[in-house]
Amino acid sequence: MSRVIGLYHSGPSGYVPLSIDGLVKRYPGSSRNAVDGLSLEVSVGEIFGLLGPNGAGKTTTISVAVTRTRPTAGTVRLAGTDVAAQAARARRRLGVVTQANTLDRSLSVWENLYFHCRYFGLSRREARRHSDELLERFGLAERRDERVDRLSGGLAQRAQLARALAHKPSVLFLDEPTASLDPQSRLALWDHVRGLRERDGVAVLLTTHSMEEADRLCDRVAIMDHGRVLACDTPGALKRNLTATTTVRLRLQAPPPPALLDQVRALRGVERVVNDGNRIEVVTAARDGLVPHLVSAVGAGLLDLSVSEPTLESVFISLTGRKLRD
Amino acid sequence: MTELSNRSEPWRLTPAAFAALIARDLRVLLHMPASFLLRTVLNPLMFVFVFTYLYPHIGAGRFGEVAGQNLGTVVLPGLVASAIFFQGLNAVALPLSMEFGATREIEDRVMAPVAYGLTALAKVCFSALQSLLAAAIVFPLVYLVPAVPVRIQVSSWPTLVLAAVLASLLAGFLGLLLGTVVEVRKIALVFAVTIVPITFLGCVYYPWASLHSVRWLQILVLANPLVYVSEALRAALTPALPHMNPIASLSALTALTLVLGWAATKTFTHRVLT
Ligand SMILES: Nc1ncnc2c1ncn2[C@@H]1O[C@H](COP(=O)(O)OP(=O)(O)O)[C@@H](O)[C@H]1O
Ligand SMILES: [Mg+2]
Repeated sequence: MSRVIGLYHSGPSGYVPLSIDGLVKRYPGSSRNAVDGLSLEVSVGEIFGLLGPNGAGKTTTISVAVTRTRPTAGTVRLAGTDVAAQAARARRRLGVVTQANTLDRSLSVWENLYFHCRYFGLSRREARRHSDELLERFGLAERRDERVDRLSGGLAQRAQLARALAHKPSVLFLDEPTASLDPQSRLALWDHVRGLRERDGVAVLLTTHSMEEADRLCDRVAIMDHGRVLACDTPGALKRNLTATTTVRLRLQAPPPPALLDQVRALRGVERVVNDGNRIEVVTAARDGLVPHLVSAVGAGLLDLSVSEPTLESVFISLTGRKLRD
Repeated sequence: MTELSNRSEPWRLTPAAFAALIARDLRVLLHMPASFLLRTVLNPLMFVFVFTYLYPHIGAGRFGEVAGQNLGTVVLPGLVASAIFFQGLNAVALPLSMEFGATREIEDRVMAPVAYGLTALAKVCFSALQSLLAAAIVFPLVYLVPAVPVRIQVSSWPTLVLAAVLASLLAGFLGLLLGTVVEVRKIALVFAVTIVPITFLGCVYYPWASLHSVRWLQILVLANPLVYVSEALRAALTPALPHMNPIASLSALTALTLVLGWAATKTFTHRVLT
């Protein structure tokens, strides 16, 4: 992966598929910015993740980039085209899979692809050939003539992905692409997205509130909250650079009294303590010697204890003081 | 990637995308041609059957006569007008409100690489074609079913063509306006409370001039766009009956089409661009 990352920052001619600069969006009637000064760049062949809790502004960011929301300030450039100024032109360069299934329910699977191609100016013959190819490639050939509301979640998502790619965009936007999928379909979709990078060289901006997805699929991740980027780097670097690196998880017989939590917080090396019912998560930079202290502090109420290496989840907690799915 | 990127700029894509948007609607229509026929034919067929076929046979033959002309002749322009008119609601308002609402399946068409207004215009143009087709289907029906012969005389082809085309576009824009502002769960209610008064007070079953004895109503119905469609067609098809001056009705149709077209394109853009 590091080989690829090296490539991103030395693109042949400084060509940047997607660049967002100082983006602000405040919805009419709202008292705060849904996106609040966001800047980022995505390079050729890069899979870039926006990771953040609900309401962080991920969908709004995508919506501006795909020309469907007017920015309050700042610019989004798609292959150099300002999306606000030249929306129709920008739409040729981008493909999008939205959070909800938006396949055309009046049409069959194949027809969805065929008409999409034609909206983008392909001739009848080209559109027919290309739709056939896409069905093959995304494993949908057997469902060719089926109505789209008959497809399972995983197949529908694949059909949406095929449609988003049908006009060969330079940038692909995926808004929570696997949020509603079962684990197996999720892995299959990840494979397809990885395949795109190699096969089409397309830049991908995806949003997720899954740590695992960000960690395993993305080359770089921007952690987002309240419309801002809190940190942006490769998943590995994010985890490395963090001072609080290790999490100790304790499961108790009963929810701990506040006095116990205070006692744990006072232990040397403890950065943060998160309590959820009868569970406690202790985030620490200096792990040595901490576990015996924890065990004796908690005493006989301890049911279970685990120590885990840093995850993006712990990065998020250390940046925001909250868990991702709060 | 290069293959497409090197293609013509978006404005040159416009005709292709426009044609594709229409082709999509045509495909959907051809998936269920029966529904088009049924919703087009049923209402006028039942009307002419009961009032112009059955009534004469059960001894109520002079029902609805105006200026010595039988009811079949009186209603022919009106039934063609309402067939044109309600195609706009059925072909645009209903699908659009659903596609914007729960399913959001309009997305892919809105994301076509052309101005948003064009997506809306394609919808309206295809609806207008359906309106013209509906008119062509209803016409022979209303002409042939009545027991007493219907007297038609095309006084002016330009008036006929202009009235039909303007009415078809007007209907499409009205459908676009309703489809973009009315939420899907309210669309059935809105239909119920608009279609019935618009039809019954749309000078479909009687000429506008014959309302002179109910003066307040004669003025009130001028707010109903269907009145101008019925009257313009009456001028073109049944000149023996009293009718509005076609210059007046066609001017009103033109003005309404422009105003509604402007308003509906605005609400559509508003809906797709936050
Ligand atoms: N159409 C809208 N009108 C007003 N507020 C909105 C709209 N869409 C989103 N918001 C608000 O903007 C913020 C960011 O939302 P969103 O971009 O959907 O976040 P995410 O996708 O990260 O969950 C939220 O506070 C949300 O309530
Ligand atoms: Mg979202």
